[in-house]
Amino acid sequence: MLTLQGVEAFYGSSQVLFGVDLQLEAGSVTTLLGRNGMGKTSVVRAIMGILPVHAGVIRFAGREIQLMPSYSIARLGIGMVPEGRQIFPNLTLRENLLAAAANYSGSSEPYDLDHVLTIFPKLGDRLSHFGNQLSGGEQQMLAVARALMINPRVLILDEATEGLAPLIRAEIWRGLNILKQKGQTILVIDKNLDVLLRIADHHHIIENGRVVWSGSSARLAADDALQERYLGV
Amino acid sequence: MNPALSLRKFVLGTGLVVLLLLPILATVAGDPYLITLFSRILIYALAAVSLDLIIGYGGMVSLGHAAFVGIGAYVVGILAFHMQDGSALASWPFELQSSNAVLVVWPAAILISASMAALIGAVSLRTRGMQFIMITLAFAQMLFYLAVSLEVYGGDDGISLWSRNELPLIDLGDDRAFYYICLICLLIFLYLSDRLVFSRFGRVVRGAKVNELRMQSLGFPTYRYKLVCFSIAGAGAGLAGVLMANQSEFVSPSLLHWTHSGELIVMVLLGGMGTLIGPVLGAAAMLLMEEVLSAYTEHWMVFLGPFLIFVVLFAKRGIYGWLSGTGVESE
Repeated sequence: MLTLQGVEAFYGSSQVLFGVDLQLEAGSVTTLLGRNGMGKTSVVRAIMGILPVHAGVIRFAGREIQLMPSYSIARLGIGMVPEGRQIFPNLTLRENLLAAAANYSGSSEPYDLDHVLTIFPKLGDRLSHFGNQLSGGEQQMLAVARALMINPRVLILDEATEGLAPLIRAEIWRGLNILKQKGQTILVIDKNLDVLLRIADHHHIIENGRVVWSGSSARLAADDALQERYLGV
Repeated sequence: MNPALSLRKFVLGTGLVVLLLLPILATVAGDPYLITLFSRILIYALAAVSLDLIIGYGGMVSLGHAAFVGIGAYVVGILAFHMQDGSALASWPFELQSSNAVLVVWPAAILISASMAALIGAVSLRTRGMQFIMITLAFAQMLFYLAVSLEVYGGDDGISLWSRNELPLIDLGDDRAFYYICLICLLIFLYLSDRLVFSRFGRVVRGAKVNELRMQSLGFPTYRYKLVCFSIAGAGAGLAGVLMANQSEFVSPSLLHWTHSGELIVMVLLGGMGTLIGPVLGAAAMLLMEEVLSAYTEHWMVFLGPFLIFVVLFAKRGIYGWLSGTGVESE
């Protein structure tokens, strides 16, 4: 569904991605793992057209997207929950959700306001609050819910549970589980390996801008040396 | 009911009643000049509200907004000039006669102002921050010097109109009728702006103000949205220019000058940015201060400065935020 082949990218004159190869199967939950500063967020930014791709190909639903503007990529059906939430503080929670509403996947049962509130019911009580009046957890739930409102074919979550209290984190994972059961294709970047081993189907480990390992949850769970070497676990 | 909301409604309701009754009150008080003064306030309020659309909601700080006011005014002035002169407005590729009809002149002026805003915005909106401010200023000054160089249309001296534009059944030469036309124009523009700001289009523009990249990542070509918003603001400013030209029956390049844009920004800041009603209050406060203080000293701006500092420091969201207790939007 989404394939990266030999993707290279730079921040100014510094190369950050060195030929990244990665594949996402439809309906699967895939993770991108690695220590801080290894290039995980850069991969996401390259997929979304935010970080220019200097070499390599990114294919999504049969189209090369590496030269497309960000909004065209989103319209093809890639939704992102960015690192740091980035909700709109000057819009109410309801407006944050409605501003994004679209059906880019052409789903016959698209996510709408009511539907996403069933996944994150806590948001229902805060609809008229502005983005900057929400707690960190509520902002994170809103960020996931907002990404769902575009009805993406692929949902990308970049450090969606970072800095959250365990209870709120559990709420996010619960929401992701619901999405997985509905067949949503998801790419997750996170550090909670225990949960990811349970939720995800495939894993990619990135080290210094290169994917150095790919495999299933069972293989990753069984390889302590691999976890210690690349993930510091 | 929320006390802040009821206070807001009280402020709006009282203001509207006063504006509706003003010509009657002025006539009873035997001071018809008040009608002229408040017509001017309504016109500036319209220009300031249009500026608030792009500054307050879109984060596009333009120092060239007066250019669109001037374009609207010059369309009225140039058409009036040809009407007075008896000459054709254009002779090639076909002969185009001038007009003095409101139904022709005003839509033409609004359309031309919006088109010029679209052209200027198409270039300016590729920049942001200080560059955006400077490029809008540069365009406005180019148009200002263009107006100065139009010797056939009076150059630096401008164009004097023989009369106001003509509207069937209503005599715009009557100051009271003209006042109500200004009030209707302002109310319609406020209503449309309010609908726009809280529509999906408005949500995208407001969201892009704080995080343009994020809005793009949700599938919105923000440049186009901002350009449309900039053009709508240009249309509003053009209408204000049309009314200014008609009220004073005079058009000059000073309408396009950057200091005029600065005055509009002060009105928006004073009244409350991103509130729509705020700029109306800002225009009223500034013009009334000018009116009162200039009777005592020509350096009335000396008093405006400290007042502006006071409002910016202590009144959240300007006069509107102070009067209503809150703003309509939390930043």
